[in-house]
Amino acid sequence: MKAMKQFKKAYGTYDGQRVVWGLIFLSPWLLGFLFFFLVPLVTSLRYSLSTVEATAEGLKLTFVGLSNFVEALTVNPNFNRELIESIIDILVDVPLVLIFSLFIAVILNQEFFGRSVSRSIFFLPVILASGVIAGLEAESLVQEINQQNASAGGIAGALGAFELERIMLRAGVSSFIVEYLSGSVTRIYEIVSLSGVQILIFLAGIQTIAPQVYEAAKIEGATGYEAFWKITLPMVSPLILVNLIYTIIDSFARSPVTELIMSTGFNSFNFGLSSAMAWLYFISIMIILALSTYLISKKVFYQD
Amino acid sequence: MKTRKKKRLTFDKIKQHAWSIIRFILVVGLSFVILYPILQKISTAFKDPQDLYSPVVVWIPENFTLDNIRHAMSTMDYWNTLGNTFLLAAVTTILTTASCALAGYAFARLRFKGTNILFFGVILTILVPPTTILIPMYMNLREFSLGGIIPLLTGDTVNLLDSYWPFILTSITANSLKAGLYIFIFMQFFRGIPKAIEEAAYIDGANMGTTFFRIMLPNATPALVTVLLFSFVWQWNDSFYTTTYLTSSKVMSTQLSSLPYNLAIALEGGTSNIDPFYLSMVQDTGILLVILPLIIMYLFVQRYFVQSIERTGVVG
Repeated sequence: MKAMKQFKKAYGTYDGQRVVWGLIFLSPWLLGFLFFFLVPLVTSLRYSLSTVEATAEGLKLTFVGLSNFVEALTVNPNFNRELIESIIDILVDVPLVLIFSLFIAVILNQEFFGRSVSRSIFFLPVILASGVIAGLEAESLVQEINQQNASAGGIAGALGAFELERIMLRAGVSSFIVEYLSGSVTRIYEIVSLSGVQILIFLAGIQTIAPQVYEAAKIEGATGYEAFWKITLPMVSPLILVNLIYTIIDSFARSPVTELIMSTGFNSFNFGLSSAMAWLYFISIMIILALSTYLISKKVFYQD
Repeated sequence: MKTRKKKRLTFDKIKQHAWSIIRFILVVGLSFVILYPILQKISTAFKDPQDLYSPVVVWIPENFTLDNIRHAMSTMDYWNTLGNTFLLAAVTTILTTASCALAGYAFARLRFKGTNILFFGVILTILVPPTTILIPMYMNLREFSLGGIIPLLTGDTVNLLDSYWPFILTSITANSLKAGLYIFIFMQFFRGIPKAIEEAAYIDGANMGTTFFRIMLPNATPALVTVLLFSFVWQWNDSFYTTTYLTSSKVMSTQLSSLPYNLAIALEGGTSNIDPFYLSMVQDTGILLVILPLIIMYLFVQRYFVQSIERTGVVG
């Protein structure tokens, strides 16, 4: 009885009830987190540090230290190359995706004819460019043929890009930047399809900025250009961080390393090596995330 | 004085018009870039193989045919697959949304000591790539014991692979595909609802459960729509989990990736003599068939969706 009373005293209050209900609400997630995340994560770490043999009584683990990691980095012919390739891809893509999606979000936030239609179209990549479809799209042969057919009329276009490149080089722009820009123009579809969610996040962020701020700036004589750099950009800068993290994670999920890890695990049944690869992959994501977050978060502006 | 003012006005007007024209061209051009693959697939779906090589045909086929669609449909076992996929995506979507909404609300409002540590767990689920935990998950589900409880009852572990159970279990416990992101969305949204509403409900005699279901949830429609749409679409297109957990059941993504192979077998009984371009054509048609239900759905939902993002807490 006494214990009951004590319990009531502790958890009968408003704050006490919050704790109880909080635990009730969190329990499904907590169970899943333990069974479907934490346990597999630890197991995967154990696999990566040992050789895994399938015997009659189940899996037999023999501790071998870091040799799986060494094998993944030095012996395996593909892992190194593919990991570095996907890291380079990310370094190239992330700034483009961020700038592009912010630009589009600013445009879609303005009033113009056909805004709602174009908004719907710009969110289409969220649906179209995910999972299996994005992968198949890249290797479609029909696309190739159509491009071949179209290139008869497309010479003018190619020439245009070429011409612009030369003008920029003559003007003294460094050749690295020129190549980066012209490369991004030719990969425009890829960039558009990568930035569906990011546009959405930026757009939602821009809409939370109070219109009074812009009004005040306009009265003080600010142009639209100044308003963007002095108001919009600082106000959405926390979201640049969010989008940066999302883009990095998302582009890693699309990288061919994932497939290599899966085929090592399920086709050649080398669970130890596969887990070691997966951990290396995870560690490299974390390093990139930590570095870029560190660089960006210094510039982020928080209103409160 | 007067004339000067007038001049400036016109200059501003010209600037405005120029910008709106540039903006229009940009928007139309980029929309075309996005729509181009879909349009191309629609045109490919009706093309005869010989049209593919004809330099005259660009968009409208010369020999109109429904063969591609028929082949793709029969090889994919379309209607059956559509039913399976719809069932799977709908079940996981509803369960995921429910469990993530609960967790998101708890993280936003029902805070206690240790909430921050638990939230770090959510961040961790977002950051760790699913590949890292895939193999232990696979082994775990093949000999599923729920921490030793099931063997106590039945004497043996259960093999959950090749059934919908892995999807149901992970989504009911908010650990399915990208669930961390959904928890985050819900948390941000619930944070934006004023605390006074909850306190008023408490004074009127509602407990936390009632407050959540009767007051908070109906207010959270934008977040609900966003999460429902995301999780449905991503589950529909997902090939990562479906190829691992579902080996024989027919769902869209697995059927799609094996479509050319299956078609070659169906046509010739082997993979040797068939034009790879024709296979690719049928596969494009297959992609169109897979995304068609999604696009139709999107047409109906997009109004709510576009509205909802204006009010969701996707934003921090």
